[in-house]
Amino acid sequence: MTATTSPVPDRTRTRPGSTRLLTGNHAAAWAARLARPQVAPVYPITPQTPILELLTDFQAEGSFDAEILTPESEHSVLSACIPASLAGARVFTATASQGLLLMHELLHYASGARAPIVMVNVNRTVASPWAFWPDQTDSLAQRDTGWIQFYCEGAQEVLDTVIQAYRIGEQVQLPVLVNQDAFYVSHALEPVSVPAQQLVDDYLPPYAPAQRLDTALGQSWGNVVTQDMFCRHRQDVEAAMAGALAVAQDADRFWSEATGRSYGLLERYRCDGAQVVVVALGSMCGTAREAVDAMRADGVAVGLLKLRLLRPLPVQALRVALAGVPDVVVLDRNHSPGLGGILHQELRAALYGMPHAPRIHGFLAGVGGVNVSPQSIAQMVHTAQAQEPLVQSEWMRTSHA
Amino acid sequence: MHKLELPATPMLCSGHAACPGCVEALSVRHLLAVIGPDAMAVIPPSCMAIIAGPQPYSSLRIPVYQPTLESSAAAASGLRRALDAQGRRDTHVIVLAGDGGTYDIGFQCLSSAAERNENILYFCLDNEGYMNTGAQKSSSTPHYARTGSTPAGKSTRKKNLTEIMAAHQVPYAATASVGYMDDMLRKVEKAKAMRGFRIITLLVPCLDGWGLPDDGGLRAARYAVESGAFPLYEVEDGSRYTLNHTRRTRPVAEYLALQRRYRHLDADTAHKLQTEVDQAWDRLERQISSSAAAPVH
Repeated sequence: MTATTSPVPDRTRTRPGSTRLLTGNHAAAWAARLARPQVAPVYPITPQTPILELLTDFQAEGSFDAEILTPESEHSVLSACIPASLAGARVFTATASQGLLLMHELLHYASGARAPIVMVNVNRTVASPWAFWPDQTDSLAQRDTGWIQFYCEGAQEVLDTVIQAYRIGEQVQLPVLVNQDAFYVSHALEPVSVPAQQLVDDYLPPYAPAQRLDTALGQSWGNVVTQDMFCRHRQDVEAAMAGALAVAQDADRFWSEATGRSYGLLERYRCDGAQVVVVALGSMCGTAREAVDAMRADGVAVGLLKLRLLRPLPVQALRVALAGVPDVVVLDRNHSPGLGGILHQELRAALYGMPHAPRIHGFLAGVGGVNVSPQSIAQMVHTAQAQEPLVQSEWMRTSHA
Repeated sequence: MHKLELPATPMLCSGHAACPGCVEALSVRHLLAVIGPDAMAVIPPSCMAIIAGPQPYSSLRIPVYQPTLESSAAAASGLRRALDAQGRRDTHVIVLAGDGGTYDIGFQCLSSAAERNENILYFCLDNEGYMNTGAQKSSSTPHYARTGSTPAGKSTRKKNLTEIMAAHQVPYAATASVGYMDDMLRKVEKAKAMRGFRIITLLVPCLDGWGLPDDGGLRAARYAVESGAFPLYEVEDGSRYTLNHTRRTRPVAEYLALQRRYRHLDADTAHKLQTEVDQAWDRLERQISSSAAAPVH
């Protein structure tokens, strides 16, 4: 292996951790800097652009020396990421919405190539019509592309998850998508603990894959295979996905030991004795916590299950976490026409056949960035308790009389 | 004339999957011999990907990355930057792409890689159509040529790739043909010694797609140059033009007569094509004389 890690000045390496007021986007850029990727192709798109700009600022000041490419499209960004990763380089990029969709073909290509790229996606509405609001249809529509997918509630979680993502992806040889909601997370400031470079270096050893594109090895990637070879390859990808559950748990535990911060693959918030559990992804979990607190104060036995890892879907953990819960309310900030909410259907599939399976109520809540208030979550909980669950998702009522 | 010496260890090995008499395999065998072993190739879906062979076999001695059809220049850029980050700046990154993957679907990222002056050497193996899928037209297919998707003959002219790439002011943009081997090898040597974005378009007559006999590839390659239909020239930094084969010694009709894809042409249309070749040649000569008059920086 002739790969060398980027030389980082000692003062940076030994600088202690600090607490900074950061947006989700800037937390992502700080995480990328700390992970020390060697290649970072990037393309601007609202609301992701501040990630790109902070990385180029870091490079200009000498604290980030990855090879930054600025191609003509997100499609070329991911096209550049894949062989860079296969050559043994650590690779970072970021995108949003239309950019992620433009990459669609390459998303499949990257996981098939077993390239552990880490990409931050800022969840934004998918046109048409054009809009720039938080909506997770962009990344949920990529759930079959073979990328590990995380959803983050806040800026600190974005920073921690990006660093964890390298550790997970490089162990199982799969790419990782770290999602954060447009504006609610990407542009909201919060105090973020930025770990010391030394801490991250200890957590994340340099990437040194045995299999790689190298003139000394003469290996190639991408040529035509037989039916059997293709099928075996898909089975290998599936096995890697299955293995990612334990690897992600370990990565979170070791991170917790190093920093005191841990998130789990999913989180149960005030679920003890709950008659209703709300299930959500990303920033809506923050609102749901408020709603749960208010309802608990009114004597309603309700809890929240925050799903952090969507792929691989932690099916067993979901079944354990929701065992004995009479009603589950799934909040979907996305829309799959003809079906409803994607998370709703994922939950229905995950819990199907469970003894005393919960009744699962799905709500299309916050589609297109529509505000989801604690009051509207309480209303959906009450609606769910009062009716039999429907196969399809229901639209959240957007006005409160 | 001298006998060409190929290295004892070929870079494109025998047992590859090209059609008998394939000019592309011949071209690549010789150009890879010049490039040598310290290189990696990006080969998108194309005839060359078939020639390279199915996994786990490869007819090339160097690592090959096969990207999606439309992304060769972007993939080569990523590979280049990874090697740079690893301190392997002397390892060459080459692209071996077809005209469909270059003139058409891969054109957007090609333009961007040229604009960024990425340090890659791009070979367009131009057989003037989608030959791998059974000969359909690309934007490189010449006027009037019959293909699977232009059964009555193509109604528009061939895109001038070299001029477009020269307009990006890249260090090197050239045409070459294995029919003029010395010129081709000299250009590969020259491009290999340069840095930045370099592109060489090799005319590769396709036996099946053009309707040539098994031993007719090299003759077509020579006639293309001698008639002026495919001029051999090079452009450095977008402004310094050199015409390498300066005399036209054959009417275009002789070049057309070799190929089944022009068999439907009447004398009138063949004459129109001769006029178009004459006009393009005049334009090229004007550029060469204005380039010679321009001060060298």
